[in-house]
Amino acid sequence: MGNAVETGLSAAEIRNLRDIAGTMIPESATFGVPGADDPAILDDIVKSVGRDLPLVREALAAIAARSAGAFAGLDRDGREALINDYYASGGAAAVTLGRVIVGAYYRDDRVLLALGLEARAPFPKGYTLEQGDWSLLDAVRKRAPFWRDDRTTLAGERSDGRQ
Amino acid sequence: MAGNERVDVLIIGSGASGAAMAWSLAETKMRILCLEQGDWVRSTDLPSNGRDWESRRYTDFDISPNRRGRDTDYPVNDDNSLMKIANFNGVGGGTVIYTAHWPRMHPSDFKVKSLDGVADDWPVDYWALERFYDENDRMMGVSGLAGDPGVPPRHPPMPPIPLGRTGTHYARAMNRLGWHWWPSDTTIATTDYDGRAACINLGHCTPGCAQGAKASTDITYWPLAIRAGVELRTRCRVREITTDEHGMAAGAIYYDADGREHFQPAEVVILACNGVGTPRLLLASASARFPNGLANSSGLVGKNLMLHPWPIVSGYVEEALDGGRAPINSMWSKQFYETDLSRGFVRGYTLQFGRGTGPANEAITSAAAGRLPWGRDHHRVYRELLGHRVGIGVACEDLPEEHNRVSLDPVLKDSNGIPAPRIDYTISENTRRMMEHGIARAEEILTEAGATRVQASRTVLNSPGHLLGTARMGNDPERSVVNGWGRCHDVKNLFIVDGSIWVTSGGVNPTSTIQALALYIADQMKQRLATLFD
Repeated sequence: MGNAVETGLSAAEIRNLRDIAGTMIPESATFGVPGADDPAILDDIVKSVGRDLPLVREALAAIAARSAGAFAGLDRDGREALINDYYASGGAAAVTLGRVIVGAYYRDDRVLLALGLEARAPFPKGYTLEQGDWSLLDAVRKRAPFWRDDRTTLAGERSDGRQ
Repeated sequence: MAGNERVDVLIIGSGASGAAMAWSLAETKMRILCLEQGDWVRSTDLPSNGRDWESRRYTDFDISPNRRGRDTDYPVNDDNSLMKIANFNGVGGGTVIYTAHWPRMHPSDFKVKSLDGVADDWPVDYWALERFYDENDRMMGVSGLAGDPGVPPRHPPMPPIPLGRTGTHYARAMNRLGWHWWPSDTTIATTDYDGRAACINLGHCTPGCAQGAKASTDITYWPLAIRAGVELRTRCRVREITTDEHGMAAGAIYYDADGREHFQPAEVVILACNGVGTPRLLLASASARFPNGLANSSGLVGKNLMLHPWPIVSGYVEEALDGGRAPINSMWSKQFYETDLSRGFVRGYTLQFGRGTGPANEAITSAAAGRLPWGRDHHRVYRELLGHRVGIGVACEDLPEEHNRVSLDPVLKDSNGIPAPRIDYTISENTRRMMEHGIARAEEILTEAGATRVQASRTVLNSPGHLLGTARMGNDPERSVVNGWGRCHDVKNLFIVDGSIWVTSGGVNPTSTIQALALYIADQMKQRLATLFD
């Protein structure tokens, strides 16, 4: 993949990233979505690494260390357990890896459409926000003002009881 | 070093307060120059134009300068603080990347010593600022609803943002509990307003508004100020304020985009660099005459930093809501704002009710919070979360304490070699009790609203960190840095107008008050032009 030069990740690191991303968010026929190891999504992930390269690289190395360099060789339960354990304890590197992966995954057209969302940027079309039930405010309107008016309160007692 | 032509007024910083100040002073016809270290932000560059709009909240539009890391940013050493520093360096400053929530301080916030026996009263009160709040609301364009019994009367010029499904859901719960709520005032235009188009719901507003519906001073005050003759010079990073043989401010030394050093002479210097940038600059301007930093005979420059601890409690309801497709602001509650000592703490907090978030951010934040697993169960759980989130922020008043401070980092420097600010900050016991009280009430509300998976974050990813208190106002030069109208006690042609002059913090987002105070100070200056330095 040409992305090795663009992002600083080596080809081997991108292969590891693919295995990890596909474990974190696997393809699902039930929900009709690709996995995060889908080639187009993986390409977007790799291009998105940018300033997060050091932390992503640290996360990849940590996962490799925890699996003795054989992450892809673990069975599915083993891979998922390792990822969830690492993510729970991995600090900034783990959180960054997760953020980069889901940032790309949850803007993929197929994923958004499967979620019932429109596959587009917010601008310029925007969205509609319904007014909601303003009659609920009637109960609040009936309350007397309860903010402290210093002009009158200071003529009386302070909150700590002193004059 | 290049020398520049002398100006009457030099404003440093083009954000909330610098812009308001420039616009207000423009009518004097003085020669006014503003130096801004960042760039203009083009609306076409804002995240909501693109499919990567959510990811960019964590990169070039992150609220943390350390994570954002633009070449116009300066680094901040906030390792010794649970709360992180938020700012934006560009025309408009922090107003470019704020949520546009627009509460005012309450009258009691200015009288905390007299009313509650803590901290100090301000040398100004709500009623002196009231007409400047109103003027600023017109200038920024505020949407809201008059008649709120929880705050003093005010008359927002535009109707409020719709309650939507999320607000309606909260409102029902609040009414069952018998607690106060009201639609939030915001600077998001709900109608076409003064050249700005109405909000079309582009999702989370914080990283800028491509529609221009959210007020930021680059599109409100600045076009008017520039048309009135004010010069705004970007990519100018000020290193220090210099003084003359009389101890008056002589001007500023700054670096341009190419790193060239300039001296800008001025009759009056006004600092509008926020509660971290201003003390940094004053401390970096130490000289033989001012060995502890400029305007620092009190020793209080940089001290009393207040950051507004802001726990967030979130949960998930069965009903499909409208998060991620509308402004995050919906409503506020002042039920617990005023002091009630039976709660176990003094002062109080605002509850700020948010809408949920977009698809990527839901996954990012839920995974980080441990409620969204990785692996085969990811998709099932995710579908229970997306579009179902409710969340309440607890905006806690943070009282001033001298050990909470900004100083100059002995090692870290910006790209021009200027020492970076270092933050030392802890949360007080009173504030911790307040936070826990607010968290418990927010949990009660969400439970009443039918939420499950209720979870509190005491200091959250991307928490606000408002920057207040580090060059406080006061009448006593031994206990304050500036007087009651923003003039430094020690340097009579040096003014400070940003959040650093706050005496206490209130329990509200500060921008409305920062700008009202800047307009008040500008008005005071205009009234005293003949005797400004007496």
